[in-house]
Amino acid sequence: MADYLLRLAPELILIIGGVLLLLAAAWRGERGVDMVTLLSVAVLALAGVSLLGPASTGGDSFGGLHQADAFAAFCKVGIYVAAAVCILIAPRFFRRAGGTMQPEYPVLILFSCVGMGMMVSAGDLLTLYVGLELQSLAAYVLASFLRRDLRSAEAGLKYFVLGALASGIMLYGVSLLYGFTGTTLFDGIAAAFAESIETTGQPSLGQVFGLVFVLAGVLFKISAVPFHMWTPDVYEGAPTPVTTVFATAQKFAAMALLVRVSAEALGPGLEQWRQIIVFVALASIILGAVAAIGQSNIKRLLAYSSINNVGFALLGLAAGTAEGLAAVISYMAIYIVMTLGSFLCVLQMRDSEGRPVETIASLAGLSRTRPGLAAAMAVFMFSLAGIPPLFGFWGKFLVFDALIGVGYWELAAIGIALSVIGAYYYLKIVKTIYFDEPAPGYAPSDSRLEGGLIAAAAVLLSPLGYLLIPALALASGQAAAALF
Amino acid sequence: MIQAFAFYLFAAIVLLSGAMTVTSRNPVHSVLWLILAFFNAAGLMLIVGAEFIAMLLVIVYVGAVAVLFLFVVMMLDIDFAELRAGFARYAVFGTLVALVLAAEIVIAVGAWSAGSLALSQRVAPTPEGMSNIQAVGTLLYTRYLYIFEAAGVLLLVAMVGAIVLTHRTRSNTRSQSVPRQNARRPDEATRNVNQPVGVGVEL
Repeated sequence: MADYLLRLAPELILIIGGVLLLLAAAWRGERGVDMVTLLSVAVLALAGVSLLGPASTGGDSFGGLHQADAFAAFCKVGIYVAAAVCILIAPRFFRRAGGTMQPEYPVLILFSCVGMGMMVSAGDLLTLYVGLELQSLAAYVLASFLRRDLRSAEAGLKYFVLGALASGIMLYGVSLLYGFTGTTLFDGIAAAFAESIETTGQPSLGQVFGLVFVLAGVLFKISAVPFHMWTPDVYEGAPTPVTTVFATAQKFAAMALLVRVSAEALGPGLEQWRQIIVFVALASIILGAVAAIGQSNIKRLLAYSSINNVGFALLGLAAGTAEGLAAVISYMAIYIVMTLGSFLCVLQMRDSEGRPVETIASLAGLSRTRPGLAAAMAVFMFSLAGIPPLFGFWGKFLVFDALIGVGYWELAAIGIALSVIGAYYYLKIVKTIYFDEPAPGYAPSDSRLEGGLIAAAAVLLSPLGYLLIPALALASGQAAAALF
Repeated sequence: MIQAFAFYLFAAIVLLSGAMTVTSRNPVHSVLWLILAFFNAAGLMLIVGAEFIAMLLVIVYVGAVAVLFLFVVMMLDIDFAELRAGFARYAVFGTLVALVLAAEIVIAVGAWSAGSLALSQRVAPTPEGMSNIQAVGTLLYTRYLYIFEAAGVLLLVAMVGAIVLTHRTRSNTRSQSVPRQNARRPDEATRNVNQPVGVGVEL
């Protein structure tokens, strides 16, 4: 009886905490913002602690609808950490953007985390869909949270319409898979795929159609090419802390979901989806790199950077082995730190009157006005580009290593060549920061918390981060092993 | 036999009224056609033995569509006097549609009591000795409890989101404060004045 409650502990803690904080937010109103913010971080921490128990090893609940395994636990840790940072940086941002923050912001992020947790521990297409919708619905609201700002409202509307379309496509795929396999359980779908491959040599046409539609829906959520069109607009328009949620926690959750569906439900159809994933990965890398070159807005640039990085992570999925899947989640874990750091730096970009600035040109000569911030930014950019002494290199290395492990030499070679194109625009930012004539300086930092977080992220990504490799390898290896 | 007849009848009318929903020029007529389509879809569900879904269709969709209908009426500028003007002209057609609907209900009940349509295969048959609603309920509150509760959270998020995005506190409204009203005593609110003659009252 109490057993399955323990396996569901992270979700339960988040839901109960979210509802209680919602009441607090309703009664205290805008006076309670700081309290709700801190308490919601505490709720996330509590949910993280509960992962130490059966929530990470307990196995299936509700007949396989929910899976509490090492993979889910690994992803949930990443999601909760990213969400906590996004909650902590928010009040200051909204205060500067005029007016106060509505206390529902942390509550919506908590509910979004429930959805993300459901996604990464899904064992059934229904759980997958409900989790994805819960996460997305909160995200649509968060995107237009600054409702007086036209760009924010536009971002929310655009995201909502396109997201609803993607959900519809995915739901259609789910119904096809259900119709042609007779079940929505991942295990059952895998068995049905294996059966039709055994009898006819390939999955039935209906199964392949279902697979393609489900993949399309999930690829939209990780903003891989050709489902990426919404990303730059939404990332640019949404308030910066919300963009940080989208680029870190949400992307990690959707990527983990894709890994789980591909490995557990569609595993026997590897040959069918591998070609899709390879195409999508290469297209994302190329488009992310090339389209980023002409950008003048730092948030748009980071959006293209996220498309580019998702492409690299997908290469690991294309390998299809346990090493490949471990590489994907390791890559995403490192990517979360890099992206959190970059967006924290974007939050520091304010003109002398405290208004947020988003142009890349305003970064010129930052090394002379704010040397610490400039150095951190340089670390994040070099790391995103995957330049060796920094930790970002390790993720790319793991992915290419996994590809070579299954004999995809050509793919690995193409990936390495394409990462050079990507390096160009990252290096251009570093050049702007260090070698251009100084632009008017930014307002001085007014938050120790943000400064501390930037420093922590920079230290993690510096060569010191390599000390974490054994722990990361152990955790991601266990996580990937749980999928087979 | 009656099931097959009912199936073709309902299916044909669903398609027909669906087409009419799209093509009719008057939005109010569109909504009415849509309601007819939903009723027939409910009939289809009834003859495959899914009474619960049939009831759900009627209650949720027709109920929800009635609300939608209200919205259409409120949002669009429709001249009701003009609509009523054609009453005599449309009376025959309207009666015809009503008769069709009444006949369908009779046929649906007949088809339903004659047993459900024999499908070539059923993925998830209803367990023996259990009504449809009972079977759905047993699954919904045991195995699918997790998703059911998650759907509840989903609706909560939708509600919170709608309020967050639209609610604003206006400073110039005069809202009622019940505690303040209750705390008020007669001697604070009234004043006895001995009004001298020939002097204006003080307000």
